Amino acid sequence: MTNDISHALRVDDVHKSYGTHEVLKGVSLAAKKGDVISLIGSSGSGKSTFLRCINFLEIPDRGRFVVNGEEVLMKTGADGRAHPASWRQVERIRTGLGMVFQSFNLWAHMTVLENVIEAPVHVLGMSRKEATEKAEALLQKVGLYDKRNVYPAFMSGGQQQRASIARALCVDPAVMLFDEPTSALDPELVGEVLKVIRDLAEEGRTMLLVTHEMKFARNVSSHVMFLHQGRVEEEGRPEQIFGAPISARCREFTSSSRH
Amino acid sequence: MPTSPSILELLSPYPPGWGGVLISGAASTILISLGAYLLGMLIGLAGAAGKLKGSRPVVALLDFYTTAVRAIPELILIIGLYYAGTDGINRLLSALGFPPIEINGFLAAVVVLGVVQGAYATEVLRGAILAIPVGQIEAASAFGMRPLLRFRRIVLPALMPNALPGMANLWMSVTKDSALIAVVGYQELALATRLAAGNTKHYFLFFFAAAVIYLVITLVSNMVFGSLETYFRRGQPKAA
Repeated sequence: MTNDISHALRVDDVHKSYGTHEVLKGVSLAAKKGDVISLIGSSGSGKSTFLRCINFLEIPDRGRFVVNGEEVLMKTGADGRAHPASWRQVERIRTGLGMVFQSFNLWAHMTVLENVIEAPVHVLGMSRKEATEKAEALLQKVGLYDKRNVYPAFMSGGQQQRASIARALCVDPAVMLFDEPTSALDPELVGEVLKVIRDLAEEGRTMLLVTHEMKFARNVSSHVMFLHQGRVEEEGRPEQIFGAPISARCREFTSSSRH
Repeated sequence: MPTSPSILELLSPYPPGWGGVLISGAASTILISLGAYLLGMLIGLAGAAGKLKGSRPVVALLDFYTTAVRAIPELILIIGLYYAGTDGINRLLSALGFPPIEINGFLAAVVVLGVVQGAYATEVLRGAILAIPVGQIEAASAFGMRPLLRFRRIVLPALMPNALPGMANLWMSVTKDSALIAVVGYQELALATRLAAGNTKHYFLFFFAAAVIYLVITLVSNMVFGSLETYFRRGQPKAA
């Protein structure tokens, strides 16, 4: 653990249960700057829960989290489960993790531009003018500059997801977290969102991507993790995972979901 | 023998006309309603937050409050709270060795009606908060918003479209419930009307005039709530 500094994100031995159901049974991950790590696996394998534990939208029962060189301080409660020692710290660390949700979760009462500048202005304390300039450049980049004054409900799913990517980018995250970003989209809208994500990968952004788009994961990732029943069943370079997987389950999964 | 005064003379704002009494009664009605409504909304917000996030005893206490207030007829609550409240305060004062005080009728009216409104508002706002898509609040957390900032920037604006129809109802009913304050002798529009009617024996004229004033209050309120709803629904497609 001496090389924590060189890692944008390092997560060790994450456990999480709901009641008696153990969703995560010790998952670890290390992402260097510029890594694009895809998490694949069938529904219920725990990949989304794992992603949501990283920014504490789900509170892990156990685990060690180092984000951008800063370790999240945990303490053990009376029930034997760990939880963050300081929510203030969690809130600060969250600002370094740009989250993109499956169902976009843009704030409905704000225009696209207002959505994008919300966190920079109100959480990071950036001036409105500076945030607006930055947001407009980002919206230009995801092809939504013309829609900046439109409310989310009046846009297509693909446009909403691109807007939510711009929102996540505007806080200059050390790591971007994508939670099945194309799963809620009509098939014809998937491409425009994947293109934006691919551009970000090529820019050298550090990204974690939970996805069912196997071809995309294969093309865009530097590292792929196959989760099965709350454990990392197999991980490695995409050529290995998709081309010559060792585990039978991984082979079965990647061959059955190849499009 | 003097001829009986004309309608205009009776309704004139200057004595011997009774228009002035009606208008100041209407002003009292509006002020009491505003005060009670505001207090009710504050209690409602705290109550909704308590019911949704509070510990078990807090939830039990709030359940008792909303159930009791909504179960008892308002007239009885108002008389009960008013006399029990003023009596209780004076007993407390005398126990502490202070002389009794005269409770300000306006303040008492606001507090009593506000406590009643608060019970209904708790339920309206609780429902409105629960109707916010959970992802909107999650997104706010994911971007590092603290609970208070999240409430101000995300939860409050997002609950308004859900809450406004119920909140409009509550406002409409408090403007009329304030008439019940007449039973404890505070002069608002209903008591002023009875006074004017009783003194002149022109019952129909003055009750009709009061009805018109209540109607105007309602119509103006409708306009205000209409534009509030348009504003807070700005992000929602028309045919939801």
